[in-house]
Amino acid sequence: MSHAAHKDYAGAKLGMWLFLFTELLLFGGLFLLYAVYFKRYPHEFAAGGKQLDWAMGTANTAILLTSSLCAAIAVTAVQRCELRRAVWLIGGTIFCAAGFMVIKYVEWSTKIGHGIYPGSAHLKEGPLGESIFFSLYFMTTGIHGLHVLIGGALLAIIALKVRSGEVTGENYVLLENGALYWHLVDLIWIFIFPLYYLIL
Amino acid sequence: MNEQHHIVSYRILVGIWLALLALTALTVGITRLELGGYKVLAALTIACVKAWLVISIFMHMKYEGRLLRWLLFLTLVTLAIFIGLTFFDVLYR
Repeated sequence: MSHAAHKDYAGAKLGMWLFLFTELLLFGGLFLLYAVYFKRYPHEFAAGGKQLDWAMGTANTAILLTSSLCAAIAVTAVQRCELRRAVWLIGGTIFCAAGFMVIKYVEWSTKIGHGIYPGSAHLKEGPLGESIFFSLYFMTTGIHGLHVLIGGALLAIIALKVRSGEVTGENYVLLENGALYWHLVDLIWIFIFPLYYLIL
Repeated sequence: MNEQHHIVSYRILVGIWLALLALTALTVGITRLELGGYKVLAALTIACVKAWLVISIFMHMKYEGRLLRWLLFLTLVTLAIFIGLTFFDVLYR
């Protein structure tokens, strides 16, 4: 009797992509809310957006793009059976994820320090549109940040599996799916960045 | 393994990364100018180009079969429909 684990490469990847499509629709909903309220409160959104630090947003964009590069190269490395290199590259992705979260933490804590957080007294006194803007900002970057944390944890587990020999040049769909999830995190940020930091 | 797997070279991946960084710099530059409404259009167009680069090369969509490509298309159409119909309501209410 054979005890070989059941493997279905195409099925595993299809499942991951189906999940990613639901993620696109989730964030699509948040972007739709942004668009509708931006239409209704353009001046309040502009006032809110000017309070975000575009330099920090740009830094985080560069960091996430670099983290995605590391994840993509890690997949190629595993396919070429360069396992040690792959582990180092996944480490690079996680390092970038940590850097992203540090900058996010600085941004959020500065805002909260100024009394800007959902339901704060400061926002209640101000115009409604600005309050909506910051609620959407915290909601969208919050859910995105949660994805960064989950993706980082997922990739850490996968790196351990590469080291232990469970993920190899013959059997790497787990790393490929982990990298796909990570690229989605990057993809969402590609839209968050101009919408919240640049165009307002 | 019976499937053929396309391996994307390091050189292509680094090239795409450089292009993404350049496009990021371009968006920042363009949105610092006073362009009014065109600012939004320019920034979102560049964001779509960046997203396309990430999906097709980093996420290997360029090398995938018909099934995944059609599913991606279906997802984007769904997104477009619900954004479009919402605005049909919001704009002409």
